[in-house]
Amino acid sequence: MAAAPAVANQSQIEWKGSLPEKGRVGILLLILTESSFFAIFVVAYLFYIGKSLNGPYPKDVLSPPIINTICLLSSSITIVFAVRALRVGSIGTFTLWWLVTLALGLEFMIGTGLEWQELIYHDGLTISTNLFGTTFFSLVGLHALHVTIGLILILFVSILTLLGYMDRRYAERTEILSWYWHFVDAVWVVVFTTVYVIGR
Amino acid sequence: MSSTAAVAVHGAHAEHHELGFFRTYIFSTDHKMIGRQFLFLALFMMSIGGLMAMLMRWELAFPETAVPGFGWVPEPYMYEGAIPPNTYNSMFTMHATIMIFFVIMPILVGCFGNFLIPLMIGARDMAFPKLNMLSFWVGAVAGSIMLSSFFVPGGPAAAGWTSYAPLSAVPVYTGVDWGQNLWCISLIVLGISSLMGSINYITTIVNMRTKGMYFFRMPLVIWSLFITAILLLLALPVLTTALALLLFDRLGGTHFFLPDGGGEPLLWQHLFWFFGHPEVYIMILPAMGITSDVIATFSRKPIFGYRAMAYAMIGIAFLSWIVWGHHMFQSGMDPALGTSFMLTTMVIGVPSAIKTFNWLGTLYKGNIHYTAPMLNALSFVAMFVIGGLSGIWMACTPVDMYIHDTYFIVAHIHYVLFGGSLFAIFAAIEYWFPKMFGRMMNETLGKIHFSITFVAFNCTFFPMHILGMGGHMRRIYNPLQYDFLKPLQPIQIFISISAFVLGAAQFIFLANIIWSLARGKKASENPWNANTLEWTAPSPPGHGNWVGAVPVVYRGPYEYSSPEVAEDYLPQSRELPEVSAAAD
Repeated sequence: MAAAPAVANQSQIEWKGSLPEKGRVGILLLILTESSFFAIFVVAYLFYIGKSLNGPYPKDVLSPPIINTICLLSSSITIVFAVRALRVGSIGTFTLWWLVTLALGLEFMIGTGLEWQELIYHDGLTISTNLFGTTFFSLVGLHALHVTIGLILILFVSILTLLGYMDRRYAERTEILSWYWHFVDAVWVVVFTTVYVIGR
Repeated sequence: MSSTAAVAVHGAHAEHHELGFFRTYIFSTDHKMIGRQFLFLALFMMSIGGLMAMLMRWELAFPETAVPGFGWVPEPYMYEGAIPPNTYNSMFTMHATIMIFFVIMPILVGCFGNFLIPLMIGARDMAFPKLNMLSFWVGAVAGSIMLSSFFVPGGPAAAGWTSYAPLSAVPVYTGVDWGQNLWCISLIVLGISSLMGSINYITTIVNMRTKGMYFFRMPLVIWSLFITAILLLLALPVLTTALALLLFDRLGGTHFFLPDGGGEPLLWQHLFWFFGHPEVYIMILPAMGITSDVIATFSRKPIFGYRAMAYAMIGIAFLSWIVWGHHMFQSGMDPALGTSFMLTTMVIGVPSAIKTFNWLGTLYKGNIHYTAPMLNALSFVAMFVIGGLSGIWMACTPVDMYIHDTYFIVAHIHYVLFGGSLFAIFAAIEYWFPKMFGRMMNETLGKIHFSITFVAFNCTFFPMHILGMGGHMRRIYNPLQYDFLKPLQPIQIFISISAFVLGAAQFIFLANIIWSLARGKKASENPWNANTLEWTAPSPPGHGNWVGAVPVVYRGPYEYSSPEVAEDYLPQSRELPEVSAAAD
């Protein structure tokens, strides 16, 4: 502490200590609060399993979206490859993995769209049909909304990349976006377990 | 290395360029301006919420008679000044909603959270200033949506601030259609605003503390805001979700809370109170923090048990998650579950008592200065004890069975929210006014306001305990319809007259604010001789808060009457060479 005053005079302007990046703290808090949102929808789903007064029932109309799940979960791996490539500055590799992530996410949304089309027009299940429809569409819909937001952000980054604005300075921000994407994937594991494993 | 520091200094000064009117006063990203904006928004909403309380008191004391001076209100709302039942229902709903969501929370969390956090931890602004601005304006939109619901056909929401389903889920039950929808939408929007705010607060406190500002050197008000922000982050999504489900039920034909589709109305109660109880502590914890700072400053003593105070707040925050069932003893709950909720609720008495005794320990043998903020802070402690003890008492299931949904509950909530939070808000406004606006508030007017408010408050709300024990139900339109309530009517009239005095006394406070803004004595940098960092900045602080370097912190925030210095205060940022050598 003897030498402290001199150091203090210099560092007190922008003293950071060993604190984490504020963007990372912010996104972790966002993830925490989003978990709280999803928890309530999951609780509502579990609370109402098997309480529908009329059909269609989950076991009749639901089949586990295996391909969708594989696509969404592997997009979490590809986005890690993309961010790692950006950190070392290889834009070409980044672009490749980033676009693969975008494609996998889009496949998931298309798959969900086809599933919903089947449920609504073939099986006659809408959000107001019964408790199953009410809880299913709200929980899966909330997750799909989050995937959509993530895809819009990923698309935005893709456009910037293809226009040539991307370089390794943005690795930190891209990493923060990838944390959100990991969260969306992790939520899908919970939603999948709730809806297609426990709920069937 | 010194050259980078020099660059940083110039960088900081470069931000001081003049901003236009809109960027300074309307769309400001400065945490202090956003704090002031929240304050004025909340004071405006408080006048509306207060007016509704006055109208309700008139109706209860003199049922179905014309309110003097309100003959001009058009037909569906009032009939030549007389309040019809559905307007009365709207009034108690909107009074509670506005006071909780648009007065207490915006002042405690929005105003003082924004104003104090960067100043007290030694930061130049919030971690995300633009998000902060967005948070205020989203909150303002929520407020306008709530106010606009007064002007839609059917009037504003009328299902109580708890909006129990199915009463709130089916429009014909209350006769309110879009009012209830707008109520849900407004609170969803407000929830988003609060989430942005709390993400900002937590990140700022975690990341932006100045050198030496360790967690256990933060003032207790910052501790309280930190814990409150965590509660907000986890609790508000529960309300937002529940409101979205309610809105789906009303507009989308879903069956979340409607028994005709197999839904359970009880789910609403569980979700609402799972949010609702943390919400109660969101409204009291910052008040506790404010009280701790004010009491330590004006007792000229270190706060008694600083760490115990911080841990007690953490304990209260944790326990707030496992007590929600005590609002639902009457809902047909399993008695074993009811008993466990009763026990967890009583355990909350332990950290609350730790705090109360620590405030008393701080006062004990202190050199007490009876300033207006100190008087308000002291009455916070006293009123909180009354409200807290009645809370423990009615947490007993057998007692609650008897007084559930009576005026006893109304008395309890007002002792903790008005006697607790609002007195702390008065204390905080008077204490930090010099820092916020650069002028002192008038001390005499402050004491007059305090005296009338304190007496009128107790005359208003203490008799409600008696009404509640007499079986007076809350939320009824005309007590004279019930024979067993007729003997209690003189108490109602006494309460109403006290309430009118209480309402009128608040104009003294408003007048004091307006007069002091224009004519108040210019405040020095540290008018109260306080220790915390905000008092080392100019009054009011400019953009970037400190003119020179950000202060470095050497000690805790409550070193009053320290033997190491001649003065009776020792600011956190003052360097004592021998002390820092000893600490090494």
